[in-house]
Amino acid sequence: MAIDLTLAWALLLAFAVFTYVVLDGFDLGLGILYPFFPKKQDRDLMMNSVAPVWDGNETWLVLGGGGLFAAFPLAYAIILPATYPLIVAMLLALIFRGVAFEFRWRAGRPFSAWVWDGAFIGGSTLAALCQGMILGTLLQGIEVEGRAYAGGWWDWLTPFTLLCGVSVVAGYALLGACWLNIKTEGGIQARARVAARVAGLATVAGIVGVSAATPFLETAYFERWLAWPGILEVAIVPVLVAALTLWLARALTSGKGPDWLPMLLALGLFLLCFAGLGVSMWPYVIPPAVTLQDAAAPESSQMFMFVGAVVLVPIILAYTAYAYWVFRGKLDPDEGYH
Amino acid sequence: MDSFLGLDATILARIQFGFTVSFHFIFPAISIGLASYLAVLNALYLWKRDATYLRLFNFWVKIFAISFAMGVVSGIVMSYQFGTNWSGFSDKAGPVVGPLMAYEVLTAFFLEAGFLGIMLFGRRKVGPGLHMLATLMVAVGTAISATWILSVNSWMQTPQGFGMNEAGQFIPEDWWAIVFTPSFPYRLAHTLTAAYLTTAFIVGGTGAWHLLRGHGHNPGVRTMFSMAMWMIVVTAPLQVMVGHEHGLNTLEHQPVKIAAMEGHFESHPDGAPLILLGLPDQAAGEMRYEISIPHLSSVIFGLGWNGAMEGLDVVPDAEEPPVAVIFWSFRVMVGLGFLMVGAGLWGLWARWRGALYATPMLWRAMVAMGPSGLVAVIAGWITTEVGRQPYVVYGQLRTADAVSPLGASAVGWSLIAFVVIYFTVFGAGVVYLLRLMSKPPELNEREGPDEGPIRTAGLTPHQMVEDGQAGDGQAETGRGAPRPAE
Repeated sequence: MAIDLTLAWALLLAFAVFTYVVLDGFDLGLGILYPFFPKKQDRDLMMNSVAPVWDGNETWLVLGGGGLFAAFPLAYAIILPATYPLIVAMLLALIFRGVAFEFRWRAGRPFSAWVWDGAFIGGSTLAALCQGMILGTLLQGIEVEGRAYAGGWWDWLTPFTLLCGVSVVAGYALLGACWLNIKTEGGIQARARVAARVAGLATVAGIVGVSAATPFLETAYFERWLAWPGILEVAIVPVLVAALTLWLARALTSGKGPDWLPMLLALGLFLLCFAGLGVSMWPYVIPPAVTLQDAAAPESSQMFMFVGAVVLVPIILAYTAYAYWVFRGKLDPDEGYH
Repeated sequence: MDSFLGLDATILARIQFGFTVSFHFIFPAISIGLASYLAVLNALYLWKRDATYLRLFNFWVKIFAISFAMGVVSGIVMSYQFGTNWSGFSDKAGPVVGPLMAYEVLTAFFLEAGFLGIMLFGRRKVGPGLHMLATLMVAVGTAISATWILSVNSWMQTPQGFGMNEAGQFIPEDWWAIVFTPSFPYRLAHTLTAAYLTTAFIVGGTGAWHLLRGHGHNPGVRTMFSMAMWMIVVTAPLQVMVGHEHGLNTLEHQPVKIAAMEGHFESHPDGAPLILLGLPDQAAGEMRYEISIPHLSSVIFGLGWNGAMEGLDVVPDAEEPPVAVIFWSFRVMVGLGFLMVGAGLWGLWARWRGALYATPMLWRAMVAMGPSGLVAVIAGWITTEVGRQPYVVYGQLRTADAVSPLGASAVGWSLIAFVVIYFTVFGAGVVYLLRLMSKPPELNEREGPDEGPIRTAGLTPHQMVEDGQAGDGQAETGRGAPRPAE
């Protein structure tokens, strides 16, 4: 029973983190794309497309952090000090982009409007970069002694973590562009598709780079990915990535098919990356030192929360879906201003 | 031990937590009260069909949106502070407090965030009934959030219902006992009442400002001032009573904290005096220049004229919290509390004489007291949190054993980053809030309650915040006026 509960929490947290990436990914992506849409009316439209839902999206990050704290307190207590500067930078970046949603409309002068646009761009990009680097730090392994982080203060800064960071920035930009493709029409939609192609190329390059580097970080990764005969099973992940990439390229260049198709395919790519990450890390929560079991909270804690989560998460998904439904459809640029 | 500007990592981590949480709490203190106020305004509007309530709703909802956004982003910081700076606490107490905070996310944060968009931008899209429901859900969410986080805090103050494992972790044994610790009901009541009172003074102060500026003919201004004055005259005395009960509870469970609040360095076996003012000298263990009323402290605590009260002399020096901070923050809170009661009574008297809208002295006093709730709330939190020292989990886990294994410079530099960014970003936010408050609530005559086309496509969130306008009825009014930013 205890084993099942820990596994259940691992899956639930993976679900929370993936939902966060899916939802906040595209709205951070809009911030990353802002420099390529300099016209004020395009920017207004982009921000309006997520204004009613962004705090809900960010709440999944709180659930990811809070859930890790609750279900795997040891992992939380090691990962956060190990990635301290990245976490602090990410939080401060999220402050800048979060307040920009409100402050941008309050700014009295062009200069302060420009400042809050800059805060939205810088905050979104830095938050995405930090999230990718945190992932990279985790993947490359964290030094642990006893029950605490034992590494140095710059361990999180390596070419590998930077590669992960840049890849996540590209990936979020892809999601942002696919979101715009759904929500807009005309010229801005055409430019969104161009942006999606560029960001898509960069994302796939990032996926290839990170995947190529990962097996050489730890012998366990190498054996899991490249040893015979396991390679036959795990090879399905890269094969599917290649297939989805080709499909996405076709969907974006042909312009045919429903507007939501590129988004769906991009999310498919993210899901595969997530699965690949699971293959690499299992059964560790902090490779190569701490397994999920080591870090698990006592059964009484996991059970107490699990009962609530099973009931509440479907309800949350239902009303979140409702909120998206209320604000569905193409944005009408004429609605925003005259 | 390394240090940064002469401070060690533990004290820097404490300053960082104290700074970020104090800044954060300003926004929930506003949004808890304001969310309920907005729900009341919207309900009154739907019930009485009086456009004044809609005008007030549209005025305050913009202010709510900004303070809520600042609360969200400063709150995300808090959910990670436990891990970054307090990993010892996270590892050891995580099994107990983690699930409570996870419940806060699941039952409150998602509820607020999920319905906020509909509350702010959806009146026309979903109709009045569902919009009212969304507004109510946001208000309920803020209260649920307060409930869970105060349950966590109360457990840290009066812990129970746990065991210990060999790794030194707190293991939950009785969740009912953990959620409902002895100090929890008092702390929750005191904090929620504080949030309502804080909001009442902000609303009342804003109304008073517009009355002073000659907007007394504006029914929105009159209504907000009147509603706030009613709220104050009820909640301010209530808060004094709740605070008193909370104090009795603290005496029972954390007598050392009470000794520090009262400034009792020595035990008083024959009745303790109420020290009104003085200079605490903790090193010497005495109160200098004390002005006190004999026996009154014992009487207030219900111990009788000669009731014995223990002082700080009964505990070793290492168990004492820093007295001066607590002594003064407590007096600031209590002093403001009595001023609030006075303001409420003055308002009642003016109303009874029919002079609520003809007493500029009252208005000036209310403008001056506009931020008094915020100051009192922060002072109160300082009293209770510093009063728990040197423990983070009272009597169980010392603050010094809870801190992360970080270098002082890492904590120091991040503290500087937080301070600089909080003051600039939230400073700008406060300027925007004040700018919104300083414009009187206007009602465009054509901004009919139910007139105008129902919007069928697109979303127009920023219209909600267009100056002097609000989402409802935007379709045909004020569209020609460009925003200042354009």
